[in-house]
Amino acid sequence: MFAIFTRLADWATYGVMGLAPNTRLGDAVHFFIEDVTKIFFLLTLVIFAIGLFRSMLTPERVRKVVAGRSRAVSYPMAVGLGAVTPFCSCSSVPLFIGFLEAGIPLGVTMAFLIASPMINEVAVVVLAAAVGWKVAVFYVAAGLTVGIVGGLMIEFFKLEKWVEDYVWKIRMGETVLQQGATTIKQRIDFAWGQVKEIVGRIWIYVLVGIGIGAALHGFVPQEFFLKYASADNLFAVPAAVLVGIPLYSNATGVIPIVEALMSKGVPIGTVLALMMSVAAISLPEMIILRKVLKPQLIATFTGILFVAFIGVGFLFNAFLT
Amino acid sequence: MKNFKVLGSGCKKCATTADLITAKAADLGIAIEIEKVTDMGAIMGYGVMATPGVVLNEVVVHSGSVPTPKSIEDWIKS
Repeated sequence: MFAIFTRLADWATYGVMGLAPNTRLGDAVHFFIEDVTKIFFLLTLVIFAIGLFRSMLTPERVRKVVAGRSRAVSYPMAVGLGAVTPFCSCSSVPLFIGFLEAGIPLGVTMAFLIASPMINEVAVVVLAAAVGWKVAVFYVAAGLTVGIVGGLMIEFFKLEKWVEDYVWKIRMGETVLQQGATTIKQRIDFAWGQVKEIVGRIWIYVLVGIGIGAALHGFVPQEFFLKYASADNLFAVPAAVLVGIPLYSNATGVIPIVEALMSKGVPIGTVLALMMSVAAISLPEMIILRKVLKPQLIATFTGILFVAFIGVGFLFNAFLT
Repeated sequence: MKNFKVLGSGCKKCATTADLITAKAADLGIAIEIEKVTDMGAIMGYGVMATPGVVLNEVVVHSGSVPTPKSIEDWIKS
């Protein structure tokens, strides 16, 4: 199905640019061209298609749906809706306050915030196209589970005391839910607007990710990864997670790196643990959340995710390779 | 005179939104008042959870993204 992008890259790399196949530079350039065309094509297609069918799924709506539910319902709902509701990380603060103000428990709110950057429908489709549906399904299942477990732990330790005091005092005004599109033309306009908005926001991460993926693919020999990142090396998974935590990228931007690492034989658990830790939490995100969370809660939250991602990595390495 | 408030905690998109509204009003030659609201309590007071938000004469007309030029024009002319 995606062979056309391979052929396009063949033509551009070996034909137009005259690079030789199976050389370092040839391989890297080929990877870059194939991924840029394939990923941006998929991004546009998937965002547009979803934009057509999705009525306005906004954080305000999610808040209304999740508030007042029992925990057995609200946790799965929070991670599920977190995965499909688009919101920019600069809205984390109002979203956090809005959830708590509606009486949604801290644990459920954190579950939403954990799952949201890790999983989104666009990243899942691109991941499936890059490394297969099986890996994509495991990634989603693991991400949702980590979200729920992380939220439950925060609830279990009763960490509400580490939320900034002013947060509890804010009272929210009546929310006006915006009307979704009704006519076909409105839907097409909305979907196209989504493409421009989301691609405009993430293209740089995707491009940088493809660049790193291409460099790994072309210039780092397979032996390097076999030596340092095989499943036998117990430090590989913790090291991957540790590297990923401060780094920020959109989930889609990590996928070319996932693709390159897997083609070099790095085990699936190590790669997915890296992807999760890059997408889920980052230094910029911590700085934003510092406005509502005390440092102790940020540290605990990061610690929980660190352990959870390592767990995911080891589990997948043990059972899927 | 129409009063616009742009809600947002100082992110780039909020600044863009305010600039777009100012520029469009200047284009159309219509005088408006515009202010940026950055206080989280005040933002939440409007019931907005996704920034940037736009308030026109104390009514929330938009939230969660940079608005389109078309909607900005409609607000200014409305």
